[in-house]
Amino acid sequence: MTSSLLLAAASDPASLSTTMSTVRGIDIDGIGGWMHPALPLLIGAALIAFLPSRFGRWVLVLAPILGFLNLLGFEIGTVVELPMMGLALQVLEVDKLSLLFGYLFHLAALLAGIYALHLDDRLQPSTGLAYAAAAVGAVFAGDLLVLFVFWELLAITSVFQIWARKSDQAFGVGMRYLTLHISSGLLLLGGAAVLFKETGAVELGKMELGPVGDVGLGPWLLLIAVGLKAAFPALHTWLVDAYPAATPTGTVFLSSFTTKTAIYVLARCFAGADELIVVGAVMAMFPIFYAVIENDLRRVLGYSMINQIGFMVVGIGLGEGLGVNGAVAHAFNDVIFKGLLFMSMGAVLFRTGKINGSELGGLYKTMPQTAGFCMVGAASISAFPGFSGFVSKSMVMVAAAHDGQVLVWLLLLFASAGVFHHAGIKIPFFAFYAHDSGLRPKEAPTNMRVAMGISALLCVGIGCFPFLLYRMLPYDAPYNPYDVTHVVTQLQLLFFSALAFVTLMLLKIYPPELRSTNLDVDWIWRRLIPRVCRLPIALCGAVWGGLLAGAGDVRRSGLLAVRWLHSPAGRFGEPWPTGRTAFWAALLLAVMMMVAYASR
Amino acid sequence: MPSSLQQHLPVLTVLVPMLAAPLCVLIPNRAFTRVLAILASAGSFAVALALLASVRESGVPIHYALGGWAPPLGIELRITLLSAFVIATITFISTVVLAFEARGLSASGLPESRLNLFYAAYLLALTGLVGMVATNDLFNVFVFLEISSLASYSMISLGKDRRALVAAYSYLLIGTVGATFYLLGVGLLYQVTGTLNMLDIAARLPEVAHLRSVAVGFVFLMVGLFIKLAVFPLHQWLPNAYTHAPAKAAAMLAGTATKVSYYVLLRVIFTVFGAAFVFGQLGLARVLLPLSLLAMFVGSAAAIYQTDLRRLLAYSSIAQVGYMTLGLSLQNADALTGGVVHLFNHGVTKSGLFLIVAAMATRAGGWSVDAMAGAAKSMPIAFGGFVLGGLSLIGVPGTAGFVSKWYLVRGALEAGKPWVAFLILLSSMLAVVYVWRVVEAGFFQEPQAREGFEASGRIPLNMLVPAGVLLLASLVFGIWTEPTLGTAASAVEYLLSFSNSGASM
Repeated sequence: MTSSLLLAAASDPASLSTTMSTVRGIDIDGIGGWMHPALPLLIGAALIAFLPSRFGRWVLVLAPILGFLNLLGFEIGTVVELPMMGLALQVLEVDKLSLLFGYLFHLAALLAGIYALHLDDRLQPSTGLAYAAAAVGAVFAGDLLVLFVFWELLAITSVFQIWARKSDQAFGVGMRYLTLHISSGLLLLGGAAVLFKETGAVELGKMELGPVGDVGLGPWLLLIAVGLKAAFPALHTWLVDAYPAATPTGTVFLSSFTTKTAIYVLARCFAGADELIVVGAVMAMFPIFYAVIENDLRRVLGYSMINQIGFMVVGIGLGEGLGVNGAVAHAFNDVIFKGLLFMSMGAVLFRTGKINGSELGGLYKTMPQTAGFCMVGAASISAFPGFSGFVSKSMVMVAAAHDGQVLVWLLLLFASAGVFHHAGIKIPFFAFYAHDSGLRPKEAPTNMRVAMGISALLCVGIGCFPFLLYRMLPYDAPYNPYDVTHVVTQLQLLFFSALAFVTLMLLKIYPPELRSTNLDVDWIWRRLIPRVCRLPIALCGAVWGGLLAGAGDVRRSGLLAVRWLHSPAGRFGEPWPTGRTAFWAALLLAVMMMVAYASR
Repeated sequence: MPSSLQQHLPVLTVLVPMLAAPLCVLIPNRAFTRVLAILASAGSFAVALALLASVRESGVPIHYALGGWAPPLGIELRITLLSAFVIATITFISTVVLAFEARGLSASGLPESRLNLFYAAYLLALTGLVGMVATNDLFNVFVFLEISSLASYSMISLGKDRRALVAAYSYLLIGTVGATFYLLGVGLLYQVTGTLNMLDIAARLPEVAHLRSVAVGFVFLMVGLFIKLAVFPLHQWLPNAYTHAPAKAAAMLAGTATKVSYYVLLRVIFTVFGAAFVFGQLGLARVLLPLSLLAMFVGSAAAIYQTDLRRLLAYSSIAQVGYMTLGLSLQNADALTGGVVHLFNHGVTKSGLFLIVAAMATRAGGWSVDAMAGAAKSMPIAFGGFVLGGLSLIGVPGTAGFVSKWYLVRGALEAGKPWVAFLILLSSMLAVVYVWRVVEAGFFQEPQAREGFEASGRIPLNMLVPAGVLLLASLVFGIWTEPTLGTAASAVEYLLSFSNSGASM
């Protein structure tokens, strides 16, 4: 993707936004735009893989910065096509929405990179950077096929953040994660194929949802594919399964890219779909209850992430304008403050080796800075005025109110209170205060504190100067978060939630932190279905095996039957005597003759 | 190039390896025969490229009357875009495979002084394969088929393992059955048309199409070719033959032999009989479609359970043949393009995989999947090559395998059979499983110490480079699809238009 290719690319001067150049505040002519935005990160990933880690680790910081400079050179409206297989693949399409996510992912890669600087390892940083590259590539994909490639790359590169834990449990979790995400890619490809058949194009653009008879299967397949990655209700279990299982640095990477890429695709393709409002409201609600009773603090954050994504999905469902703006802005902020929270919990896990609320407490004494950063993140996610969560979450709520969705507005209000409860209070309280666990770990390493510090600054900065963020939003929908109604409503909400928490704690009604396994819907396919299906599978297998074996061997069942047929000792896996092949040749000859005879 | 030589290009592709073969026997010098074989194969490849360029440019087939005897009395060679493409493919693969230095070969029990015999057999097999593609004479196809088959049997029997003898022998028996069926088919057609030239038969068939001998002859031809192509359930000679053959022979046969049979199948169907007749009145798709689907699943499932890497690859080949015949039986341009381009894509991928597995086996001291434990650490480059080839077998976008499968899926949808498209994707998941088994061993298992075996250091470059060339080709031609897909698409277009106009029945 050289500049000559870019010169040939169509660019639409009318849509060149003047706001963009003023936001950057620097002259963008002459720098950047040399190569596809994903390439600097990919090259960085390759470098880390081959360099000794004492040099390679600095690439983690350099690659996102250089990538960002490169990205600055792209203008809105740029399209680069690559002819392949008779299709013109749009490997690059730049618009305001994709640029915003492009900037965001570079920022996230930089923060996560700094946070992971201490690692003496090549696998995690290199796959982490490749993972960021995949996310960047996905948001600049102009059509579904290119998106598919990066979609699968996201899955493959990210799983190493889990496997790097190198335990059997992490391996199992990683396999489950990978299976689900690869399936999501296949659904996407299926959707693309159906759309291609019906419309002759694989464009990544707005799609109408409706009865399958009217709109075809394509948009629905696509929605499910995206829904898997966005952790829609009942498809969400991979998230709370995988994020707590990853390494301390891995979770920071994981939390930044996968779900946000899905949000981007939703905003691009399904803005204004009413179904999403319902889905989003459910997503914002149900994780709260899990989050309150969960003991593993990173899993609490996982549930709280689903809840935040719920807000974004509602915003997208409310449609172009304030709704999508709010969703996108919230995605931007969420990457930073949720990243910050995962970083602080990662630091705790890194220093103490423990992450359960019941085993922690009192850490503020030796980890004061981490505790402070954690509270900034908690204030942001709880949407305290002056912190970043406030300026974006309220946009979604206002959009819901404008749209006349009273019930949804109330649900979101409840969800906001819940967030404050489990993420805003519970996380910092149980980790750093509560009962003293007696643990006296060292303060987090410098690089971790630097990464957390920058994130915390960004949280406050965006909270105080929201227009910096608003200018980059895709739609022109003026909004001011700091009017009296918003601030007062939010403060009341926060005050009464805090009151509830304190009261419940004092009355000792608050669910104590217990070591327990909380059943989520993945119990259905990890336990229930295998159990229920054991009998039918065994039966089918027995019948199949019985038919083929002729007699006797009815105990072999299910997969065993397949294995038995195809293993090196089985009918289809063993060498055949010549006579058997000759017999089949004769039989085939007879069958083909009969078919030919019947066809005439 | 002088124009007199230009005229004779079609016969040169066959002649070069054919004349080099006896030289290999006559001059038993190991280094000399090795270089000669590479040169002969590369020469044939260069000629094929020249032919391909000239056919692409002119757009009409080249006819060449052998020895100046005009057809139909004499034997005619006919180079179409498709045949030039196939010849270029197989000579390319065979050249790269020859450059591979297989230690397993010199340790095969064959005295080094007689290694030249292997090269002679190799070149004869190549001669036969190229001849099958180039000729325009049905009986001549049989002759070349026998040349290539006999040479293959002897190559396989040179395998290190004593089981190679049994494998070669049973391949010989089955192959002979196939060749005999094919010959019976030719005989029946000759009986009703009085000619052996393919175009001549095509011209005369409409008058006699109602005769039952035509249908019977066709079925004999098909079953004969199915055996050579290893169509399920006539496939079981293949795993043993590929497993016990010397590494070079396995890599060469895996990339070329079945591909040539596929080409002859296409030629018989589209040039001689005509698609309308074959699919409309002989009902070929009714048999071939289910068999292709079965091959895709049985082959892949069997590959999953194999412990020997060569068998794993061989069973995967059976599944891949299923994809190619599926492209044929869906009866539309997209699917057929997918099948034809898979001929190239799978050829380079599978040959590359056989080579890289051979290279890794010398280092790991065994051919089993378990022997690959820890291979990602101990031989990262070779193992990376294997993963690359595996991705192409699965059909991951960006690899050559994806290009063919994408066209197959498109063809299946176009044929109004979305369930076939679904089955293609589903069987690809099986490929994920068998490739994954090896990847898992390589990445996640600790290498076990094997008694009596010392790791022999690095894999030498003369093994790594040829394998790498083929595996990289499967990546390059997954992205740069013009040379392969473009050629395949226009070849298929020609094939279909020719079939519709030439032999309308």
